[in-house]
Order: sequence, then structure tokens, then C-alpha cells
Amino acid sequence: MTEISSSAPRVSDTTRRLPLLQGSRLTAWLFIAPAALAYSAFVLVPLGMSLYYSFLRWDGIGKARFHGLTNYITVLTDADLLQIIGNAFQLVLYFTVIPVGLGLAVASVIRGQMAGRFGTATRTILFLPQVIPLVAAGIAWSWMFASTGLVNQTLKAIGLSSWTRGWLGDFVWALPAVGIIGAWVLLGLCTMLLVTGITKIDPTLYEAARLDGANPWQEFRHVTLPGLRQEIGVCITVTVIAALASFDIVYISTQGGPGITTTVPGLEIYRLAFAHRQVGLASALAIVLMVLVLITIAPVQWFTRDKK
Amino acid sequence: MTTTAPNTVVARGLIVLLMLMTLLPFLSMLSAALAPQGSYPNGLQWPSDPQWGNFAKAFEVARMDQLLLSSTLIVLGVVPVAVLIATMAGYGLAKLTTQKYKWLYLVFVFGLTLPFEAVITPLYYEVRALGLLNTRFAIILPLIGLYMPFGVYWMRAHFLNVPQDLSEAAQLDGASRWQEFLFVQVPLARPAIMSLTILLFLWTWNQFLLPVVLVQDPMQRTMAGALGAFQGQWGTDIPLLCAGSLLILTPTVVLFLAFQRQFVAALMQGAVKG
Repeated sequence: MTEISSSAPRVSDTTRRLPLLQGSRLTAWLFIAPAALAYSAFVLVPLGMSLYYSFLRWDGIGKARFHGLTNYITVLTDADLLQIIGNAFQLVLYFTVIPVGLGLAVASVIRGQMAGRFGTATRTILFLPQVIPLVAAGIAWSWMFASTGLVNQTLKAIGLSSWTRGWLGDFVWALPAVGIIGAWVLLGLCTMLLVTGITKIDPTLYEAARLDGANPWQEFRHVTLPGLRQEIGVCITVTVIAALASFDIVYISTQGGPGITTTVPGLEIYRLAFAHRQVGLASALAIVLMVLVLITIAPVQWFTRDKK
Repeated sequence: MTTTAPNTVVARGLIVLLMLMTLLPFLSMLSAALAPQGSYPNGLQWPSDPQWGNFAKAFEVARMDQLLLSSTLIVLGVVPVAVLIATMAGYGLAKLTTQKYKWLYLVFVFGLTLPFEAVITPLYYEVRALGLLNTRFAIILPLIGLYMPFGVYWMRAHFLNVPQDLSEAAQLDGASRWQEFLFVQVPLARPAIMSLTILLFLWTWNQFLLPVVLVQDPMQRTMAGALGAFQGQWGTDIPLLCAGSLLILTPTVVLFLAFQRQFVAALMQGAVKG
């Protein structure tokens, strides 16, 4: 701040000679200041506080005590908390692998079929899950997975009555069921990104591959996949973040249960901080979650960025 | 172009299947919403006597009119301010600073992947200290800050692509930086601003974590936040819950259908840039 005020007069001195740089530094700061202020007040400061809280033993009301690294040690050694972090990574399998895998399959089959009214209808419908609140998706799917819901109804109709169950209350199946909800939400977005990406691949590459006698798999492997590297990177980034930072869907569909089979870090932070009043531990988990997202995303970004 | 006829059929079939999968949960909700209140309907089954009155009932018990107003107020509090200051900062970082200030930009983009859960606990204490707990400002102010990484990143990327000649021409005509910004840059940035507005509108309207933590009264929350409370209250009455959920997602879906092209463009670019 002191730098701004001291530099302001100097800048206006030079501007008399250089009209193109009129008050440039002060002006720059004035343009940036409101955003910087909002960002500092509601992101940077809270993040600093989170870090600070994470070293405390504090119930949020009484006196806080310095707790050293104990909270971090707990996060990284407590069996329940480790399972909760593991749950988030299991969700990545559903949130990421299904949308990207299916999206790739669809994109390579329908290459260049998205023009006209059919394409518009497709885009509109596939984007619906992106437009509605995740909470609504959670409620819709809770009903799909309910004992009288559509999933069980379908299983009965095809003679698999023995497979029916209350999916979201099942110790084995609840987490995959939550994963399916996320996959449903993200599938359309990934598909459309990949379909759009594939239209940007030079068609002569496909012709060349065909002339070389490539089979469809080789075509996919050597033309489509490399051509879609950036789009795949985007899809993986978006879906991995959605999985690791999930909250809405889990809160609505299972509340983390049964047991802690579907509890994810986001939900556990909320619970620890506001129900169990373990602000320090909640903050340590929050910092760990942030770091996990960063170190999971960084290699994806590195491998899939545009190498020009 | 080079695809043959059977391939087209397979492709379209696959797409139709995908669309069906996307629509099924909505259809299943609709069929449940029309079943008699308090009953246990079956997954997907058109009721013999559709109870359209369930929607009226859900509208009333969810106090939809108030929810609409609340969400609108929150969106009006967040989106114009966030878009304006992100646009200003994007312009400032792209056009007014030199390489020396790259760090400032990096500080902003550092927040791009930050999960909201990472700051929700301190936000609670901060908002409480400001005396704003249980008011709409408890949602509005933090959201503006939380959107800055994306907003600034987005607008800076746009302004970097505007030719420098344009600024110089404006300067030669005697425009100050502010005049240049307002009368030359902002009008040209309209598509980017439009997309950012749509994205921030959607993210605000659908925001769930902040309202749940920071605002007790569902009537002061966003639609999505209120839906959580509605589920807590009517979770066992499936027809009413489904009717309420459908009502709550209607406003955005209607807007989406009306501005389909812009929404799709914004969502696609948003993913690519974010």
C-alpha cells in the first residue's frame, strides 16, 4: 500500500512526457483493487485462518489451545478419516472414468453427427444436469435408487428381483450408487466437450490412417486419442475436482451413510466443524483436501497441456 | 462426412440412448410427483389419476414465491458486482501491468481449484464476526470473493487477446484508461462478460454449501439451499418431495431453454477455461 502512494506522484510526473502511460501504475491498482479486496477478504484470509485453526484444539466457543501437528497426524492416521479420504478417491473412479470413457466412445462413434436440429436437441438435453442444482440431482436419484424406485423396478422387469435392494442404504452399494449420480451429472458435459474436440481434428489424419490400413481401434488409438488430449485433460480435471470436493450429492442422498461408507472429506469437514465442534481437526482436513486436489490435478494438467 | 449410413444409425442410436439416460430421472420424478400424496409410488408409472394438485401444494408448502425472490436477490447481489470487479481486474492485469506483476495474477489463479469446503469453517466465524450470519449478505459477500479466481482468470484471458493497437488508438483520441475501459473495452468484451454472467448466475442459484452453513432460515437462502431444508421436512413424502424438486429446478431450466445457445457456449468454455 505504501508503495502505491509513494509511487503515484512519480508516475504522474512521467506521464506529462509520456501520455500513453498516463497514471498507469496507480490506475492499474485501482482497477485490480476491488477484486483483490474481495478475494483477500473471503478467500485468502479464511484460508490463512483455516491453516491457523488446523494447529489448534478448539471447540469454536471456548479457549483455543495450540495443538501442534496433532490434527494433521490424526487426519493421516485415523482409520475412519483415511477411509473417508479413500471414499473420495473411489468416487473419482465413477465421476471420472465413466463420463470420460463413455464420452470417448460416443465421440468416436458419432464423429461429425452433431449438426442441425438433432445436434441442438442433443446438446440441450445432455446439458440439463449441468443446469439444475446438484441437490436436485441428488433428490432425483435418491428416488431412482429407492426400494420402489426405477432401478429396482427395471431389475424386477428383467427378472433380476433378487438383485433389488435399497441401494443408498446398502453398505456395499451405497458408494457406487453415489458415484453413478456424479457420473450422470458429468456425462453430458464430458461427452459434448469430447464431441466438439473431435470435430477439430484434421479429417485428413483419419483418411491417412485409413490409407495406411488402420483398423478402427488403431484409428482411435493413434488419431483420436492424441487429438483429444487437451479435451480429455479438461474432462479429467473438472470431474476429479467434482469428485474430491463433492458435498451436495452426498449430503442429500446418503448423509454419508450407512456408517461412513459414503462420507467424503467435504461432508466430514462440515460435520466436524459444525456438529462435533472440532474446528481444529476440521480445518486440518480442509487443508489436506485442498492439497490433495492440487497434487491430483497438477500431473493431469502437465500431461495434457498443449505442447506446442 | 465420410461416415456411411449404418454408422449414422448406430451413432444416432447411441446418442438417443444417452439422452434417455439423462432424461429418465426427471421422468421418474414427474411420475412420482403425480402420485397421490403420501403414497409410495412405483419407479416410472403414469398414475391412473394424476394429482396435478401436488404441484400447487408443493408451491405453497415450499413457499416458492419467497424462495424465488430470495434467490433473485442473492443473484442480484452477487453477479453484477462480481462480473464488474472481475472485468476491471482482468483488464488491469492484462493491459495495465507488466510481467513484473505476474505474481499478482498467480495469486488470483491459485484459488481456481480451491474447494469451497476448505474455507467454509473460517467463513462462518468471519461472517459471524461481521454480524451477517443468517442474512443474505452471508452468502453474497463470500461468493463474490470466491468467484474472483475464475472471474479474473476468465476476463484476463479475454483482454489478453484484444489487440494493443485498440488501446493506443483510444489513448491517442485522448481517452483516459477509465474511458477506454468503459467505452471501448467493455462493449467489445460483451460475449466474454455474457458467458461469465451466465456461469456465475448458475453457480450462485445452485449454491448449496454456503446457504446451508451460513443461513438458518430457508427463506433467506438460494433455491438449492432451500431444497435441502425442504427435503429435511418432506423427505418421506415422495410425491410432494418430487413435485417440490421439479418446481425448484424449473426456473433455471426455463432460462436455459430460452437462452440455450448462450448457456451451452458458456458451460463449454467455462469447463475448458476453468
